[in-house]
Order: sequence, then C-alpha cells, then structure tokens
Amino acid sequence: MTVVVTICLSILALAVVLVLLRLILGPSVPDRVVALDMLAQIIVAGIALGLVVTRKDTYLAVLVAVSLLSFVGTVTVARFVERRGS
Amino acid sequence: MRTVLDVVSAVMLLVGVLLYLVAALGLVRLPDVFSRMHAATKASTLGLALVLLGAMLRVEQAGDAVRLGLVIAFTFLTAPVGAHMLGRAAYRSGVGGIEDLAVDELKDPDGPDPDGVERAGPGTDSDTDTDDQSGATHERGQRP
Repeated sequence: MTVVVTICLSILALAVVLVLLRLILGPSVPDRVVALDMLAQIIVAGIALGLVVTRKDTYLAVLVAVSLLSFVGTVTVARFVERRGS
Repeated sequence: MRTVLDVVSAVMLLVGVLLYLVAALGLVRLPDVFSRMHAATKASTLGLALVLLGAMLRVEQAGDAVRLGLVIAFTFLTAPVGAHMLGRAAYRSGVGGIEDLAVDELKDPDGPDPDGVERAGPGTDSDTDTDDQSGATHERGQRP
C-alpha cells in the first residue's frame, strides 16, 4: 500500500505543478480562483492519502476543515470579483 | 478479504489521482475560464469521490468511514454552488473571453439578436396581452 500511495503522491505533485503554472500564468482573477480551488482539492486528496497510510483519525478532522474552507474561500472571492467587475 | 479490499482501494486511489492529473492538464491547456472550470470539476467531484472511497475501504472504525462519506456528500453539495457563483462572477465581470463563445444564452434580449426565433414566442409581446390570459404565458416572456 505504501508503494501505491507513493505513486499517487507523485502524480499529485505533478498536478500541483500544472495547477501552479495556471495560477501564475492565469490572465484573469477567475482563472486564478479556479486554480486555487483545484489546489485545495488536491490538498484534500493528499490528506486522504495520508489517512490511507497511517490510519490515524486525526487526519479526518483536517479533511473536513479543509474541504469546508475551500468552499468558503471560493465563494468569497467570487463575490468579490462580481462586485468589483463591470 | 483484507487483500481484496486493499486491491480495490489501491485501484480507486490510482484512478482518482489520475483524474486529478487530467484535470490539471485541462486547467493548463484549455482556452478560457469556463472550459477550465469544466476541467477542474472532474477532479473536484469524481476524483475526490474515488480517492475518499478508496480511503474509506482502509479505515478501521465505521465512524471514520461515515465521516469520509460526509465529506463526499458535502463536496457534492458545495462544488456546484461554488462553480455557479464563480461562473456568474466571471461572466458579469466580462473577463471570461465572452466574445469568443460560440453560444451566449445570457446575451441582452433587448439588444440585436440574430437568432432570436425561439424567444419571439407568445408572451414576448407582453404589451398586447389581455388580462384574461393565464399567468403562465405572461410570466414566460419576462426575463429575470
């Protein structure tokens, strides 16, 4: 199982590099918000992979908190962009 | 039994993580905000659900599995809401490459409308409506 999780984490690292590329290049604010949202999802998946290896339930509370926070962050920035634009 | 569950869990984890990679590729390669959101949705729904289901097969207490299921359910509820708000904000602030869209159904109905055949149905001419008509046809012509 450790081998599988190592492979999964390296694939996730590749995905993080691509998402960071979009975060840096992204021509507009919504592009960057999409990239940040995706980054939060990748963090949630990484925490789940840590849960798979260690089987400690400490990871579960972090998982719930991060997935809640990513939603709140996306909605907040979306409202900010909508109010500021046009 | 343990081995079978581990293999199923490993396959789920790998497929879910590969969906993340595909979504990240789409985020880089696709041309505008809306198609990038379309790509990112693959990771935040199916990819996350597969990874968390794979983790669910590995935890020992039933309460932990229930909490993981709660995270999946919460993500499935909030991801459409967040994507909707973000798409609306991108459209209204005009940064999404709107002039490149092939179909723009949110265009101003009062402006020039080259293919507005369907919109010119009954109810659009609401000034000629008489009062004895039913409310359904009257409300159909009003755009929110």
